[in-house]
Amino acid sequence: MEVASTEGGKRRRGMKLWSFHGGIHPPGHKRESTTRPVESAPLPKELVLPMLQHLGAPADPVVKVGDRVLKGETIARPGNFISAPIHASSSGTVVAIEERPVPHPSGLSAPCIVIETDGKEEWHPSREPADHRDLEPAEIRDRVRQAGIVGLGGAGFPSFVKLNPGKTVKTLILNGAECEPYITCDDALMRERPEQVIKGAMVIRRAVQAQHCIIAVEDNKPAAIDTLTQTLRSEGVTDMEVVAVPARYPAGGEKQLIKVLTGKEVPSGGLPIQLGIVCHNVATAAAVFRAVELGEPLISRIVTVSGSAVGGPRNLEALLGTPVPDLLRHCDTDFEGLGELIMGGPMMGVALAHHQVPLIKTGNCLLAVSRSEIEQRPVVRPCIRCGNCAEACPVNLLPQQLYWHAQSKNLDKIQEFDLFDCIECGCCAYVCPSNLPLVHYYRFAKSEIRAQQEKKRKADIARERHQKRLERLEREKAERAARRARKQPVTDESKKAAIQAALERTKAAKKESSPDEV
Amino acid sequence: MKFRKAISSPYIHHPPYSTAGMMFSVILALLPALAIYALLFGWGVVVNAALAVGVALVCEAGMLAVRRRPLFPTLGDGSAILTALLLVFALPPLAPWWLTTVGVAFAIIVAKQLYGGLGFNPFNPAMVGYVVLLVSFPKELTLWSMPLSLAGSSLDFSTTLSYIFSGSLPDGITIDALTAATPLDTMKTQLGLGRTPGAIAASEPVFGFLGGKGWIWVNLTLLAGGLWLIRRRVISWHIPVALLGSLAAISSIFYLLDSAHNASPLFHLFSGAAILGAFFIATDPVTAATSNPGRLWYGAGIGVLIYVIRSWGGFPDGVAFAVLLMNMAAPTIDHYTKPRVFGHGDRDA
Ligand code: SF4
Ligand code: SF4
Repeated sequence: MEVASTEGGKRRRGMKLWSFHGGIHPPGHKRESTTRPVESAPLPKELVLPMLQHLGAPADPVVKVGDRVLKGETIARPGNFISAPIHASSSGTVVAIEERPVPHPSGLSAPCIVIETDGKEEWHPSREPADHRDLEPAEIRDRVRQAGIVGLGGAGFPSFVKLNPGKTVKTLILNGAECEPYITCDDALMRERPEQVIKGAMVIRRAVQAQHCIIAVEDNKPAAIDTLTQTLRSEGVTDMEVVAVPARYPAGGEKQLIKVLTGKEVPSGGLPIQLGIVCHNVATAAAVFRAVELGEPLISRIVTVSGSAVGGPRNLEALLGTPVPDLLRHCDTDFEGLGELIMGGPMMGVALAHHQVPLIKTGNCLLAVSRSEIEQRPVVRPCIRCGNCAEACPVNLLPQQLYWHAQSKNLDKIQEFDLFDCIECGCCAYVCPSNLPLVHYYRFAKSEIRAQQEKKRKADIARERHQKRLERLEREKAERAARRARKQPVTDESKKAAIQAALERTKAAKKESSPDEV
Repeated sequence: MKFRKAISSPYIHHPPYSTAGMMFSVILALLPALAIYALLFGWGVVVNAALAVGVALVCEAGMLAVRRRPLFPTLGDGSAILTALLLVFALPPLAPWWLTTVGVAFAIIVAKQLYGGLGFNPFNPAMVGYVVLLVSFPKELTLWSMPLSLAGSSLDFSTTLSYIFSGSLPDGITIDALTAATPLDTMKTQLGLGRTPGAIAASEPVFGFLGGKGWIWVNLTLLAGGLWLIRRRVISWHIPVALLGSLAAISSIFYLLDSAHNASPLFHLFSGAAILGAFFIATDPVTAATSNPGRLWYGAGIGVLIYVIRSWGGFPDGVAFAVLLMNMAAPTIDHYTKPRVFGHGDRDA
């Protein structure tokens, strides 16, 4: 394997790459937001920090209304193992702990800590720089956990969990593919702060003890590839390589990227670690570097602000909790003409029902689409079984069959067609000539099935309890009978018969109460 | 980029064509062949086409009204027009009005709308309409008008109209002077009489080079239209290639074994409805197999069945029956060609 290098101005791809089925080539629209350098967003008057900005349990507040907090101070601790703490993004006063609208498809509100900033940006004294080479893997993981770092590529899974693979890691992959249209925050990071990405990679590598490390970037970002490659060379890093992968959505999907780089498929329902692989987003790596080496918790991120309603699209380094309208305003967004506001990209993002929501850890992009760019009355036609969707599906599913069974609510059949392997990438809906909202049907079916399973689980527990109770009652009855038998001298036979009868009744009850467990 | 108001992602949408766009592309690809057909076989083709399209739209609208479905998105999708035009290619150019009407009405009302409309019909509506006519009115369907260059006389527009709608011909013209058996029909009958394909083609006036006179031009135009559809990626190459390939292969085998009693592969490809079937009928996505490997099996099956029906069946051409039979097989083919899902060890068929 070789580094993708730029000798003689030409990129040479030395590493053998594989391919995945399907995928699409949507227009990138990345140039708009990459014409200027990353800019710091102004400090907002108010920071709104939701307790749930990640996958897992919400964090629990450890501050009260009226408390003065400092930048970087922990204001909420992890709810349970799979969770992440929340830190104050700037210094100020806690003015409310209440439900506020959060960036979620439901448009619902959720518990948030609201901080009124004081403009002093006063850091909490807990910052403690370190050199990762002096730290044990467990210490690194602990720092990452304390820093509240979650996957910044979109999913928001608490990162420290993935730093504890419990297995030998052959390859660490840093995902800088950034395959969704419009989003350029990782591109900007790699071009402007390549050393943070690379140092982050080293830290993660030490934590998981990976033998090998690859930074994968889609080949539509030549500047990022060049910068990373040059930084590796100038820092004398020889055991890490930058690999250009062909641009095709969703090449940045974890399983797709692993396939492209290694030719191996993560088993259905499995994790990359089963192949000896750990995958982290490049922005996560940079955050890990800052947490471990500089002692800074995750309090800000780079977010792309782009879309046709945005006058000056760009990348902003913004504090978590900054109100989204502030960010949009800073980039000259035309609020009058705003038709749709999406957090994330156009393929997998979430349309925001409320615009007055804060920037959260997973918010990689704000896509403000003007009304004129929105099809007002799209015609939806029946599925004509053209097969475009199956051809585009990176998981090689049969989306038209999934759609068919989702529509007829045939929840057993739809699982036979591997609904739960669907990554909701949207390729199928993108190419559907009948304009069917396919992915919406899959999400619906998945939630229906999960609800059913949950119901069944509860019913099972209830039945088990009921059965245990019946057994206990029978047992007690039998014992009572036996005691009575002992007191009143009766024949052995009748005693046995009584116990036998009681036991039989228990058996019969057991059978009756579990008719469907064949 | 166009965005759509959607309940959830994705918010962008860019298919290579829309469903209506696909239908109209196929119609567009048919039109040159229809024009050649009319040029070579007379006004009847034009009258029939107009009648068929009209009947199709009326039936579709009527059924939508009965089923209480909105009219316009569906009427505008082009699928009824396409069904009508495909049927026109299958009907004699001088088919009486009621024949066309019954065929189209059956196709739209029974074969399409009663199954639930576009996308829900298991059988190709045009072929169902055709087969119903073939079974109910076999005689009328064999009254094919001759290419104009062969016919003793020809009809102008108004006499064509009056013949189609009232069955009356101007004085001095008999129907026999206008019609003849189709090339496939002739070949079949004559082969039955023990003549060799070479001798038949040399002596019977309906044959030109490659196939039937006149037909060859229609078929070449259809071929061009079909290739254009593939180029525009409206249809994939799999079904036409598999269909024509298997038809060519099986007819070659029999021709090489016994060229005295079997027509040549070129004859099989270029006479009758093989080209029309391969590019325009079998490729109807609704009734075909959906995956590319499945499409290969599906197309190959139709090709073989065409040959079998033409050679040993009771009907001169087998395209319609072959397509309908494989329509029935399509779900099974789909089942056995289910792709291996990412991250699954084996194909779970
Ligand atoms: S792309 Fe749309 S119309 Fe085509 S098969 Fe898939 S769901 Fe049906
Ligand atoms: S959303 Fe699901 S079904 Fe559709 S293309 Fe992506 S993985 Fe396949």
